[in-house]
Amino acid sequence: MLLLLQYTLIFTSVLVLVALGGCISEHSGVINLGLEGIMVMGALGGALMMRAFGTESALLMVLAVILSAVVFGMAYSALLGVACINFKADQTLVGTALNLLGTAAATVLVKAINTASNPDNHSSEIEYVRARKMFIVNINGFEFNWFMLIAVLAVIGVAIMLYKTRFGLRLMACGEHPQAADSVGINVYKMRWAGVLLSGALGGLGGICYILAGVSLWKFENGVAGFGFLALAVMIFGQWNPVRISLAALLFGLFRALSNTYVGIPFLVSLNLPSNVYNMMPYIVSLVVLAFTSKTSRAPKAEGIPYDKSTR
Amino acid sequence: MEEYAIEMLHITKRFPGIIANDDITLQLRKGEIHALLGENGAGKSTLMSVLFGLYQPEEGIIKKDGKAVKVNNPNDANALGIGMVHQHFKLVECFTVLDNIIMGVEPTHLGFLQKGEARQKVKMLSEKYGLYVDPDARIEDITVGMQQRTEILKMLYRDNEILIFDEPTAVLTPQEISELMQIMKNLAAEGKSILFISHKLNEIMEVADRCSVLRKGKYIGTVNTADTTIEELSAMMVGRNVNFHVEKKPSVPGDVILDIEHMTVASKVHKNNAVKDVSLKVRAGEIVCIAGIDGNGQSEFVYGLSGLEPLVSGKITLDGKDITKTSIRQKSLLGMSHIPEDRHKHGLVLDYTLEDNMILQTYFKPEFTNKAGFLRRKNIREYANRLIEQYDVRSGQGPITITRSMSGGNQQKAIIAREIDKQPDLLIAVQPTRGLDVGAIEYIHKQLVAQRDAGKAVLLVSLELDEVMDVPDRILVMYEGEIVGELDPKTTTQEELGLYMAGAKRMEVTA
Repeated sequence: MLLLLQYTLIFTSVLVLVALGGCISEHSGVINLGLEGIMVMGALGGALMMRAFGTESALLMVLAVILSAVVFGMAYSALLGVACINFKADQTLVGTALNLLGTAAATVLVKAINTASNPDNHSSEIEYVRARKMFIVNINGFEFNWFMLIAVLAVIGVAIMLYKTRFGLRLMACGEHPQAADSVGINVYKMRWAGVLLSGALGGLGGICYILAGVSLWKFENGVAGFGFLALAVMIFGQWNPVRISLAALLFGLFRALSNTYVGIPFLVSLNLPSNVYNMMPYIVSLVVLAFTSKTSRAPKAEGIPYDKSTR
Repeated sequence: MEEYAIEMLHITKRFPGIIANDDITLQLRKGEIHALLGENGAGKSTLMSVLFGLYQPEEGIIKKDGKAVKVNNPNDANALGIGMVHQHFKLVECFTVLDNIIMGVEPTHLGFLQKGEARQKVKMLSEKYGLYVDPDARIEDITVGMQQRTEILKMLYRDNEILIFDEPTAVLTPQEISELMQIMKNLAAEGKSILFISHKLNEIMEVADRCSVLRKGKYIGTVNTADTTIEELSAMMVGRNVNFHVEKKPSVPGDVILDIEHMTVASKVHKNNAVKDVSLKVRAGEIVCIAGIDGNGQSEFVYGLSGLEPLVSGKITLDGKDITKTSIRQKSLLGMSHIPEDRHKHGLVLDYTLEDNMILQTYFKPEFTNKAGFLRRKNIREYANRLIEQYDVRSGQGPITITRSMSGGNQQKAIIAREIDKQPDLLIAVQPTRGLDVGAIEYIHKQLVAQRDAGKAVLLVSLELDEVMDVPDRILVMYEGEIVGELDPKTTTQEELGLYMAGAKRMEVTA
């Protein structure tokens, strides 16, 4: 059971971080469907840092990896910003393109790096056994991961930012009624850029958190297995509200954790279901939940519509 | 030398092909209410866009308190103390009143909102000017009148001295309109200068001190409202004498064409039914008007009648045939025509050409589609040309004009041409004159009366009081989804109508 709790919390952390990213972006008025790709890029940034940075200090390592993942995520999300805010491209299409490009580019890059250091190595894997340990504190068999704390702080931080600060008020105004925001002197383009970049940072964090969750080696061909989309489902189920998002993430995180840990739960083993069933669970749950709840969901009104000053 | 709060002198603004503002001068005195009158397309919005720095004029200057100023963007206008209540409110619906008021000028400490002092200031302002609104209510939960007060408070919170109201009464009930008039007078008495953009002449006569008139981009003149008449103003605005009163003979009702029994329609926004057990009849040769304040179930009533939404219960009979469950195409073929409330959403495919829009409901008929299933373009073109000619639909390129590029009045004329030319037995017209100018309104009213005189049944749904009083032969008032009164336009008054519309009065109505 301890294992189930541990996996639930770490996968919840991933979903919370990425879903909060999506939530901020959508509150600014930009649908970020590219979270999947941004996660891959964040994971790549973090993994490359772990591969290259040979420090013995856990603190330094953790900070460096986080910084690298955030920078990679933000840089990649800037593509979304340029295309969708400045050039007013269709946000759904650009997001999808980012997802396709993310996994592919990461694979090519990692293969090239691996081959350069060892001509016989054509894999797209990065291994980080030693570095991963620095993220984990073992408390009586429970592997506490620093990302669990970061996720909690992120929920609190984003909630305060959205509902208590000037920045949050202006950000949400841009996602609801950009013309109104513009009419009181708020620069809609700037606020949307801020929303997209913040979502890139959180998406990148989520990406590195995901590959650190259970394994010490990541094969970049696999991308992040639809976790970016799962996070979007969490965001919708959480009604674009940070606290509700964290609860929704807990539900999805639990189902995802089951696939890693069901062998340790006698009742589930006795059901004698194939492991594929558990692997499918989070995705099936997301389909079911969204089918029943999306009708009443209330997305930011102006999301997905490029803002054009001249149309009033 | 008179003291002017703001002056726009000899403003000329050209767009490719047209001169939107041709040497226009507008001088707003301190503490006066100044009306700006003109039809749609007369150049009012362009002039305001120049004032707000959205456009730079080719010629002319703007003076504030006698000194020339440069306005490059809306922020400059704000800094000069110019505020505007837009026709379509610029309010974030899921925010509170207070959040909307402070947005853009939020009091903060280290980036955190300090709403306490803002709430105090808003309360003080709303008491001073009689603008009652709950600062913590969400915009989506309050009435349109309160939303407008929020917009006014937005300007006052910013200490604006020059307040512009763009068509502020279009969305209000009669009672709310008289409240607004009082508020505007209060504001002027406190020294604010008010510019009141409108094409409703009686309101201008009531509230404004002076009135400047624009027509087709040109400045016609400025008059003191005390020294002029409605007729004179309208002649200045339109360039000819307009007949406000709809000329019509007494109606000669014939057989019942439309018979609605106990119709109930669900609401999309709340759990209660939007239309509750409505029964009514419309006869051949009469115009029946459903009056009411926006949002009292009129839209859902029409959706249910036209088949856009299913009925919860009830029965609809057209010419003796039960059409409760027939498809929309069948209803159309059986003789129902519908001029929809939202002409962009339900009336036209905006990115289609005018000719394709003309055959939206008849494209499958043999004259437009041959046996192989191909459209007969030549016939369609001829048909469209005939309608364009007959109904005077004006557009840039005739039948191949993309309808999005046409003016609202001509889009509406295109719909009317299509719907009337089907020779319906029943014509449903929902707010057919919304947003149109005086000339177009006159034309549409004439068409409705002509249909009546040709022996058709006409069901008009309107929010405009003048239209409700003038056009129909019978008025049914709808309040919260029920018919609460039947009035005779010849004997009732606007005040009585207003009481029914506000739910203050009701009578039993049997269909």
